[in-house]
Amino acid sequence: MSRQLLTQRTSVSDVVADHQTFRKPKRRNVGLAFIAPFSVLFLFVFIVPIGYSAYISMFQNKLIGGKVFIWFDNYIKLFQDSQFYDGVIRVVLFTAIQVPIMLFSAIALALAIDSLRLHGSRFFRIIVFLPYAIPAIVSTLMWGFMLGIRYGLIGSLNKAAGTSFNPFAPETTMISIGVMVTWGFTGYNMLIFYAALRAVPRELYEAAAIDGATEFQIVRHIKLPALRSSLIVTIIFSIIGTFQLFNEPNILTTLVSNSGITSYYTPNMYAYSLAFTGSQQGYAAALALVMAVFTIAIAYAVQIKGMKNAFNK
Amino acid sequence: MSAPSTGKPAPRLPLERPRKLYTLANPRKSLSLTIVTGLFALYCIVPMLWLVINATKSQQDFVSSFGLGFGGHFALWDNVAQVFTFQDGIFSRWLLNTVLYVVIGAVVSTFLAALGGYALAKHDFVGRRAFLLIVLGSISVPGIALAIPQFLLFAQLGITNTPWAVLIPSFINPFGLYLMWVFSDQAVPTGLIEAARIDGAGELRIFLRIAFPLLAPATVTVLLFSFVSIWNNYFLPLIMLKDPAWYPLTIGINQWNKLGSTAGNGELIQNLVITGSLLMIIPLIVAFLSLQRYWQSGLSMGAIKD
Repeated sequence: MSRQLLTQRTSVSDVVADHQTFRKPKRRNVGLAFIAPFSVLFLFVFIVPIGYSAYISMFQNKLIGGKVFIWFDNYIKLFQDSQFYDGVIRVVLFTAIQVPIMLFSAIALALAIDSLRLHGSRFFRIIVFLPYAIPAIVSTLMWGFMLGIRYGLIGSLNKAAGTSFNPFAPETTMISIGVMVTWGFTGYNMLIFYAALRAVPRELYEAAAIDGATEFQIVRHIKLPALRSSLIVTIIFSIIGTFQLFNEPNILTTLVSNSGITSYYTPNMYAYSLAFTGSQQGYAAALALVMAVFTIAIAYAVQIKGMKNAFNK
Repeated sequence: MSAPSTGKPAPRLPLERPRKLYTLANPRKSLSLTIVTGLFALYCIVPMLWLVINATKSQQDFVSSFGLGFGGHFALWDNVAQVFTFQDGIFSRWLLNTVLYVVIGAVVSTFLAALGGYALAKHDFVGRRAFLLIVLGSISVPGIALAIPQFLLFAQLGITNTPWAVLIPSFINPFGLYLMWVFSDQAVPTGLIEAARIDGAGELRIFLRIAFPLLAPATVTVLLFSFVSIWNNYFLPLIMLKDPAWYPLTIGINQWNKLGSTAGNGELIQNLVITGSLLMIIPLIVAFLSLQRYWQSGLSMGAIKD
């Protein structure tokens, strides 16, 4: 489809190339008008809430006296809050372990499918991607039941083997969540890598083969470098995603007992419970903003680092 | 294009079958690579198999039988009927709500993204770069940083606990705008727009009649991904809605799940939770499978530009 469009483009632009000199007299307002509906809504659901968030983060709800302006006290309190650090450390550790495993698997799968050496590669591409379409609620329920010791496979295995392994013990819950998240998002990342690999001109491989390059050398020197920019994008999106971990632990609390999931298990869960059960909205807003700045800073650092490496090469 | 590189014209024995030529475009299939990839595919498919198998079990069988084996009797149709009749058939209401949120949300957000993305790619206006930077930056803002103040603002406007609270935030899809911008840049020839202008077509007409049809692959992609993200949305409706009559399926099913797990006193309805989950994902799987051609090409557009 896209290739078709591109060829169409060259032929059409050849024909009308003469008209290029007529370019835009005073059509600036049209662009603004086209962008206006998006901008107005964007202002309403993104910019205003962020501003409002910053505003309420300087207030505290008191039982007597209502809202009190307290300057930056919420932020000061946050940086001394051990429950906040508990959640942050947990998601940072989770990110540091889960994201590399997921992206490494995604790259390996994309390379395997792109190598054309698989039997039924189309089938694999779809099967591996399909979990992405499954909502977190359903995937958590499935994995929760499957890994659970009461009704699940692990329960049956324990009974058969006489063991007492529990995937949702406090020490192992995070690993089980990692299994769920990796299950859900590997295929999506794989498709992004696969698309980048498909964009490499096939003639390059022929030239390399004629020069006597082995398949391993082709992967190392042509394919992997072609994945660099997609890798940066997928790292950034994965970090944004895992820092916001909420759905899986939130749903698991009702599914398994004694899993060690607290109300401050992740920063998002903590903010949620502060805002909606503790009615400390100001404090929750401060927490959410600090996490937003932290996330953007990490995403930005990854991007800068990735670009620097690209220049050094 | 596909010059033979590995196959050698070996002297053929009389009874030997003609050897297949392996080329770069059609290399020899590897069994071991297929098996390794197959293991990962197994990891992907087992939970879905589990879901399908367990949707066919009655509650007693679910509790007592082996997870990946079938139960005593085939109860899928009983379960489906029960899902639609339990609690006065509220599941149908949740399904309708979900469809409402998805259809309106996905259509509006995709159209706004197409209009905006096209304008960014093909029109020059003040603040274009700054706008793009802000919108792209907004992708990395965690959902919760927005959701709490959104909730408080919507509460002041009196629209929490109404469909608007879920719909309005879903109208904005920054990543969709980005994809549409990239795609417009590549797929809509500026010359064609100029030609239409010379013929006297208005700008809106040019967009609707010329640019929008050319954006079809990107439109299907953005539509499909909005469809999925709204259909699967959990956090936003969780905080915005209190009235079960407005719940989407995600919140509703979790409500049922809570019902079953309130230890002891609740009625155990895990068979309904599981069957409801299966019913919920079928439309998504059908959409993805039937629209493959579109979203795969659309996704690659975004990946290549980066």
